[in-house]
Amino acid sequence: MCGIVGLYLKDVELQPSLGVLFAPMLIEMTDRGPDSAGFAIYRDPVDGDQTKFTLASDDLNIDWRALNAEMERALDCVVGINLWGDHAVLVTDAQATATQVWLGKNRPDLRIVGSGRSIEIFKQTGLPKDVVAAFALTRAHGSHAIGHTRMATESAVTTAGSHPFATGLDLCLVHNGSLSNHNHLRRELERDGIVFQTDNDTEVAAGFMTAKLRQGKSFLEALQAGLVELDGFYTFCVGTADGFAVVRDPIACKHAVLAETEGWVAMATEYRAIAHLPGADRAEIWEPEPHKIYTWGSVH
Amino acid sequence: MAELDLKAIGVRGVNSTLHSLPEGANEQDWVINNPMGKHAIACGLDAPLEVIINGHAGFYCGGMNQQASITIRGHAGVGVAENMMSGQVWVTGSASDSAGATAHGGLLVIEGNAAARCGISMKGIDIVVGGSVGHMSAFMAQSGHLVVCGDAGDALGDSLYEAVLFLAGKVSSLGADCIEKEMRPEHLAKLTALLEATGIDRDPASFRRYGSARKLYNFDIDNVGAY
Repeated sequence: MCGIVGLYLKDVELQPSLGVLFAPMLIEMTDRGPDSAGFAIYRDPVDGDQTKFTLASDDLNIDWRALNAEMERALDCVVGINLWGDHAVLVTDAQATATQVWLGKNRPDLRIVGSGRSIEIFKQTGLPKDVVAAFALTRAHGSHAIGHTRMATESAVTTAGSHPFATGLDLCLVHNGSLSNHNHLRRELERDGIVFQTDNDTEVAAGFMTAKLRQGKSFLEALQAGLVELDGFYTFCVGTADGFAVVRDPIACKHAVLAETEGWVAMATEYRAIAHLPGADRAEIWEPEPHKIYTWGSVH
Repeated sequence: MAELDLKAIGVRGVNSTLHSLPEGANEQDWVINNPMGKHAIACGLDAPLEVIINGHAGFYCGGMNQQASITIRGHAGVGVAENMMSGQVWVTGSASDSAGATAHGGLLVIEGNAAARCGISMKGIDIVVGGSVGHMSAFMAQSGHLVVCGDAGDALGDSLYEAVLFLAGKVSSLGADCIEKEMRPEHLAKLTALLEATGIDRDPASFRRYGSARKLYNFDIDNVGAY
């Protein structure tokens, strides 16, 4: 059992309040997932020649400023850094792949949690309310966010095993359910060069998407391939650069509800996570159909 | 008309108020405000109350109901009116999955659509859906009636016992042992009565009847290899 939530603000006037609107969604899902929580916020897109990286460290005394200087020297680039709890958001004009390679080689103590132009991902073990506080979610602005509260079933309760899982630039996914063929798929994906950090089944779904995108498939084609090859129970919410997508397996026994008003679109495992949003009482509300891909924002 | 504010007194406060009314109490009409999608609102009622839930409800709303007439002004979450024994639950919006699951009696009306597994294992309830129902609806349904004015998803009436299904629209696929059957006068009369009771303006003659072929739940020696 887990809780997943997503909020996409169509009304730009609501965007300064993204965190205020989104934090209660995550906290309302505490009963479904008290082990860990995480969220992706899409905000402040960087310039075309820049990339944003969210990094996490288990070492609370890490010297992020030193990393900053080291990267600027090694990659001959300019790096800006913002600290959020034990996560840091780096903006660099170095080439994205080169940065990833450099970090993997020189700083294996750091986890790359997410990367893209606007995505920032924060996740941690503990109650959703504590994770919300650790990363100052209620002060966040942005266009959209997806989040997850985890009750661990398939793998250990760790920050690395928390959702969202990044899959490609500006893409990440959260998952309610469990996959039954993840070990098999992980072996196949590892042969194709995908690197996994955990034994988590959702990370395999994220890796599957990454592999499809690297093969040149479009986002929708990657999701469609997932519907065919991922076996198990799932409701996925996938964050994209300017929206999100919702997909359920053909049996659809993992709850999901969608709600839409003129100002916003929201998805949640249970409607109570949506009830506090402005105008929710007049929203159009429906249960997403199984085996069908719902998207908001432009996807390709 | 008495009002209860769920935000102020919580689900337990609302339900215990409705449960503790003495028989023949003057106050029979109740409005529950600010339901906030909470679960188990107005569950286990056993009195002839009129209850209006003013907004969207969470899971199991009106579950185990006896006698009461409950209206949800909005969407109903998973398992609305599950195991209802008598009375009525009316949803003005749509319902999530397993609406009317295992219910023994009473009437469930959903003006919008019902998601998957509507009427799963129903045991005597009458369900009328103004829109469509999702896959596996009326799975192992034992008795009662399911009226669907729209379409039905995959595997309608799989492993059906003696529930009667009326469908106006298309069915994606029929489940094991579910077949179309002749609409006889007694079926048309029941369907007409249900449509009239719900105020849905549809011609009963536009519906088809589905029921059990009775080949699955009766032991057949010719099928022994398949058991």
